[in-house]
Amino acid sequence: MNNHPDYLKECREQEWRVELRKSMKAKERTALERVKMPEHEPEVRSRDHREVNIGLSEEQAVVEAKRCLDCADPTCISGCPVGINIPAFIKNIERGAFLESARVLKETNTLPAVCGRVCPQEVQCEEACFYARKLHLLPVAIGNLERFAADYERNSGKISIPETEKSNGIKVAIIGSGPAGLAAAADMARLGYSVTVFEALHELGGVLKYGIPEFRLPNEIVDVEIDNLKKMGVSFHTNFVVGKTADLDDLRKEGYRAFFIGSGAGLPRFMNIPGENYIGIFSSNEYLTRVNLMNAAKEEYDTPVLFGRKVAVIGGGNTAMDSVRTARRLGAEKAMIIYRRTEEEMPARKEEIKHAREEGIEFHMLSNPVEYFADQNGRVNRMRIQKMKLGEPDSSGRRRPIPIEGSEYDTEVDLVVVSVGVSPNPLIPSSVKELEVTRWGTLVVDKESMQTNIPELFAGGDIVRGGATVILAMGDGRKAAAGMHKTITDNVLNKK
Amino acid sequence: MNKIVSRKNLSEHVVKIDIEAPLIAKKRKAGHFVIVRIGEKGERIPLTISSADPERGIITLIVQKVGVTSHKLSALKEGDFITDVVGPLGKATHIEKVGTVLCAGGGVGIAPLLPIVEEMHKAGNRIITVLAARSRELIILEDEMRAHSDEVIIMTDDGSYGKKGLVTNGMEEVIRKEKIDMAITIGPAIMMKYCALLTKKYNIPTVASLNTIMVDGTGMCGACRVSINGETKFVCVDGPEFDAHAVNFDEMLLRLGGYREEERIAYESYLKTL
Ligand SMILES: Cc1cc2nc3c(=O)[nH]c(=O)nc-3n(C[C@H](O)[C@H](O)[C@H](O)COP(=O)(O)OP(=O)(O)OC[C@H]3O[C@@H](n4cnc5c(N)ncnc54)[C@H](O)[C@@H]3O)c2cc1C
Ligand code: FES
Repeated sequence: MNNHPDYLKECREQEWRVELRKSMKAKERTALERVKMPEHEPEVRSRDHREVNIGLSEEQAVVEAKRCLDCADPTCISGCPVGINIPAFIKNIERGAFLESARVLKETNTLPAVCGRVCPQEVQCEEACFYARKLHLLPVAIGNLERFAADYERNSGKISIPETEKSNGIKVAIIGSGPAGLAAAADMARLGYSVTVFEALHELGGVLKYGIPEFRLPNEIVDVEIDNLKKMGVSFHTNFVVGKTADLDDLRKEGYRAFFIGSGAGLPRFMNIPGENYIGIFSSNEYLTRVNLMNAAKEEYDTPVLFGRKVAVIGGGNTAMDSVRTARRLGAEKAMIIYRRTEEEMPARKEEIKHAREEGIEFHMLSNPVEYFADQNGRVNRMRIQKMKLGEPDSSGRRRPIPIEGSEYDTEVDLVVVSVGVSPNPLIPSSVKELEVTRWGTLVVDKESMQTNIPELFAGGDIVRGGATVILAMGDGRKAAAGMHKTITDNVLNKK
Repeated sequence: MNKIVSRKNLSEHVVKIDIEAPLIAKKRKAGHFVIVRIGEKGERIPLTISSADPERGIITLIVQKVGVTSHKLSALKEGDFITDVVGPLGKATHIEKVGTVLCAGGGVGIAPLLPIVEEMHKAGNRIITVLAARSRELIILEDEMRAHSDEVIIMTDDGSYGKKGLVTNGMEEVIRKEKIDMAITIGPAIMMKYCALLTKKYNIPTVASLNTIMVDGTGMCGACRVSINGETKFVCVDGPEFDAHAVNFDEMLLRLGGYREEERIAYESYLKTL
């Protein structure tokens, strides 16, 4: 799936690209400043759920695209988990061929409008950009440009529906409609398979819908991608829990020849400290699901959610940022991040941390909750926090937080969101006894084909990696589709 | 979308609804539940599958009007569609021949108790069922229970039917009379708490089926969490049935009240729209 060096070179030597490179001196390019992403003002946006980033205008995108030097050795590509042909899509923006740019993106990335918004570019492509590595300047805004091209295509009404091969009539099942499942479904449909996606919830999109809030990833963007899959002939079954509504054997009997498991890491972790089950203490999954999937904050919807004036969110990842900024939007006067390491170790995207700060979120670093207290109705009203210091690096390479004895202090809270990680969804592993799992509950797969120890079962995304990223999940889905196709062709078609 | 093929009022507040759900009907075992949602703006609530007919592809739910969603559901007519039905969820009841089983169902708990009584009876157990409610109209499914029990005792708070007294009074009377090998209790949390205290006193292994607040019903959110022997468990995937003597009912009672105010306001404003 990754772009072959020869292919990349061939693209780079196309006449128009050579011309474009010559049209401007490298010095002029590097003299340009990185175009700032226009955003809504913090005071305005923290009162509603509008998307924070407005998106680059055509003019801005072209200027930003000019900064890219179209390097002979594009290191950015090696920073991309799916190896997008980055210079090619950017140079297409520079020459004004926006639709072509989107097409280049889609050669490797099924969901560019999503990834342009939520990928941690600062530790991927942008970190590997020549500007960052060699010039110590701000990298080319690859993520913002990706978003621009994808949005341009969507808004143009000329979104290209990938061509599908003649139907081969072979049924495959995709379990879970998160980015991993959607990507696998797209590729299998393209190859002519008859694809059905099974989703446990009443909505499609996985974390993209129930987790990541509207202010960061509008639902509409995900829906457009799902509509495209429908146009390609993919069918979707919501309210269908594989392992419960039907198990793999039932589906086999229905004629499904291969399966992709993209069931995610949906099991929330708690800290198991005293008082954690008091009212007003949520997992981030529950809090975000109520607000995003069930629209609990809107009066005309039936699902309730508790509102907090003093909200503490435990954790330092994207999920924690999304929860704390959601609480802010739902009226919290004081919204705090409580994290046991320092900002440097926070796994959240840098942009989310910046946006959170602008929105008045308080950051309490080197702090860890040890106990919760409640009023007579059981509603949390206070938490005890212990200060931490950083010790030696642990197996993850991050410095390990060590509690400081006697440093405990109490703070008033009326809502707490626990966002300390998720575990793989155990539903499928527990319903397929022979499936090989690690001791963390993730599925064991072959890294190239994404095949599990059961030959017709493939898997990818968070169920394989634990909590990871959208782009990795999507990449896994595509690898698995290639693996499935190969296995099916070897076994089934050749035997005919 | 699942079609309602028939509905019947069991009492002023309780309806029985048959729904087309062929896959669920095929997989369903006693103890399983479904999550339903009414309308695009609806909430997701769990309901025990009372019985199922795999041949006709039908599941039966028994719904008591207690809040907005149960009210909306009971207002639906034959031929109407339910927006979402997903299941069967949870772990099925462990059915086994143990001897004499004392089954205690209170109020809303009577409906989910029925399939368990039925299966335990079929497994060859002697079944003594105690049904309890505030008053006569709230005792439901009496005939069905009688069909699968060796003995049925009815208790009402106001004495309007059966004996006057609490479910635990009825249970204790039985326990004093004969050897009970196992007890099953389903009903309001407060009732299950006292049933558990009672059977603990007599050392009778007891199962309680917990009716916590749920959102997804697939283990994703933790809204349904309870403490079992001090350990946090998710009712939707680890339950709904647990060793009643290990359940922290006080914590569960508090958590059930988590949205009481929101629910009251929503229900009142809903009733005004009728
Ligand atoms: C709040 C939040 C913010 C995040 N922010 C970012 C970010 O900014 N950038 C980033 O790259 N990543 C982010 N992530 C991580 C990213 O969303 C995940 O890594 C990614 O969604 C994983 O994709 P997936 O397809 O493996 O699983 P999921 O998106 O979790 O989808 C799995 C789907 O499978 C369904 N399912 C599960 N079991 C079954 C079953 N038995 N039968 C049928 N269906 C089933 C689930 O209901 C779900 O819809 C975030 C995650 C969260 C929770
Ligand atoms: S209802 Fe969400 S985990 Fe049980």
